[in-house]
Amino acid sequence: MTSASLSLSRDDRPILIAALFILVILVAGTVYTFARFGSAPLLSPTYLLQQLQIGAFLGIVAAGMMVVILIAQIDLSVPWTLAAAAMMATSIGGPLAIPVGLGIGLLVGLVNGIGVAYLRVPSMIFTLGVNAVMRGLMVAHTGGYAPQTAATDLMRTLAADRTLGIPNALFVWAAVSVLVAVMLQRTALGRYIYAIGNKEAAAYLAGVDTRRVTVICFVICGVAAALAGVLLAGYSTKAYQGMGDAYLLPSIAAVVIGGTNILGGRGRYLGTLIGVVLIVLLNSVLSIMDMPEAGRQVIYGLVIIFMLLVYGRGERVTS
Amino acid sequence: MLQRRPALGPSMLDDVAIRVRQNVGIVTAVLLFCVLYVLYNLAHPKGFSSAVLVQNGDEIFALAMLAMAQTVPVLASGLDLSVGAVMTMVGCFASYLLTGTAGGTPLHLDLFGLHLFLGTFPGDISGILLGIVVCLAIGALAGFVNGCVVVYGRIQPIIATLATGAVYIGIALFLRPTPGGKIDEDLNWALTNSLGDFAATVHIFDDGAAGWFAPVAWIPVPFVLLVLIALLVWVPFRRSVLGRAVYAVGSAEGAAYMSGLPVDRAKIAAFTLAGFFAGCGGLFLAIQTSSGNADIPQAGAYTLNSIASVVIGGTSLLGGTGSAIGSIFGAMILRVISFFFRIFDIAPLLQPLFEGLILLAAVSIGALGVLRVRNTLELFR
Repeated sequence: MTSASLSLSRDDRPILIAALFILVILVAGTVYTFARFGSAPLLSPTYLLQQLQIGAFLGIVAAGMMVVILIAQIDLSVPWTLAAAAMMATSIGGPLAIPVGLGIGLLVGLVNGIGVAYLRVPSMIFTLGVNAVMRGLMVAHTGGYAPQTAATDLMRTLAADRTLGIPNALFVWAAVSVLVAVMLQRTALGRYIYAIGNKEAAAYLAGVDTRRVTVICFVICGVAAALAGVLLAGYSTKAYQGMGDAYLLPSIAAVVIGGTNILGGRGRYLGTLIGVVLIVLLNSVLSIMDMPEAGRQVIYGLVIIFMLLVYGRGERVTS
Repeated sequence: MLQRRPALGPSMLDDVAIRVRQNVGIVTAVLLFCVLYVLYNLAHPKGFSSAVLVQNGDEIFALAMLAMAQTVPVLASGLDLSVGAVMTMVGCFASYLLTGTAGGTPLHLDLFGLHLFLGTFPGDISGILLGIVVCLAIGALAGFVNGCVVVYGRIQPIIATLATGAVYIGIALFLRPTPGGKIDEDLNWALTNSLGDFAATVHIFDDGAAGWFAPVAWIPVPFVLLVLIALLVWVPFRRSVLGRAVYAVGSAEGAAYMSGLPVDRAKIAAFTLAGFFAGCGGLFLAIQTSSGNADIPQAGAYTLNSIASVVIGGTSLLGGTGSAIGSIFGAMILRVISFFFRIFDIAPLLQPLFEGLILLAAVSIGALGVLRVRNTLELFR
């Protein structure tokens, strides 16, 4: 270990390395495109903004997922919370579309939180069941087809339009990021979240209502997933079956690549942000390279393992 | 270690009572399955017949194997999110190696524009047996890699297997970008029907017509395979030093280490065995469907259902207690519930909803014990 990395705190090292890896991806991708097409799309702001706009949905999901992972739980109900919010928002329509969509997320988060915090069912299995129920409800509601209803104008404006040349979705992502980062670093709730992730019994003995905090965390995650669903429906002008399936594993990967401990209690929001950007850029470089799905999956898996081998290694349990 | 008292009279009953109490989750799962399955057969127009059993056996086998696969890492308080991917990958390999084409199957490898001829894989019975061994070895190897990443890479199992699962799915997609391939018809017929059909296909016991063979000829081959794998692989493993170490690591890793148990080897063994079981499931699925299919949603669904089966089968996700046998029953309960949908003619659109509600209800009822806990601190294990 060099002296430079020693001076960094334990939580900053992953963020720095992930940021360096983003640079490597950008350079490698640019060398490739320059050699093959004689152009450098990866360095053009328009292209980057467009990629980040697509990344905003993943970023919002990951923000919620991080809060849940910090308390040493996980939320597997994200895919169909996202889809259900999108479907209900488009089918209600009008000015109530967005509140109803977010309300779905709040409700799902509440159910998840109660099951995990009060019934003490492991979150892995409870949220899995809730995901199945949401999927069942939506299949029964839509008949298994893509709903014909369209997104409202407000949803489209928020997700697909631009202000001053910057996609509005980025502003929403930024707002969510600021909220979550401030909540984690500057509020008592944030302290409680880290405390519960480190040792729930200790947090309880210190006077934290750990069960209520757990419920709040799941609600945050549910609402974040719902917000991503509403925006995604606005971006693609309608909701469709399985629209959330592509967000579960990448969001967990982004959180973990960003240096958050999957066992909870440690990690900074900036890391999650960097993790999302890394995954989005990796995806776009691979699609520029015309990489077939097989190669993408392999590279995707190897990158996660590589990043974690560099800085995500746990300690041996010896006592 | 407590001295075991001689098994006589009341003390033996005590022993049974203690064992039942220790395995209350598994016992509940077995009883629930028996009740559900008898009800199912009573409601089925052709209930209690060999044909129904054979069909059910074919539908249950792959999930039961994946449930066993998931159990072993869970016992060591890890989670294997790659079991579905290993299953899919092994199935894709099987669709090349078990074609049974006369004269053998030529194997080519196209990689980065290179075209390599790997040789011809034999197509006769020895080729099929070799193919089965190779497929199972690939499954075990994938599990071994998982174990090494977890133990030597010191990466949390859940995230390590998430990543290796992506790699295995990538390999499966590379092998079968579109569903295809073929499996020897005789192999398909022999393994997915009753013992009588198996004997007739491989020409043993007078083609299955031997008099002594008749009473068992109705038993479905998948059930026999399941019992054989459980008895010949799981039970010896559980009784070995490594198997006990897996349980010990799951209940208290630090204590296991301090007691001098082979912690690292136990973890690697747990993941390797998981890969082997998942390979068995993938092999059977390929044989049953006579093709290889790199179906990503299917792999995901199998992985999630394997976790559900493990929980329903009475194994704690925290590790240390439970058994692969319980998980088999958990998997069978999950499957029988979907059989009921066919019987009672529940609209297909409502089936996912019922599946989810039943899963939620099952885990919530199991969790109602927390309401009796007096000391809140006991909740935070």
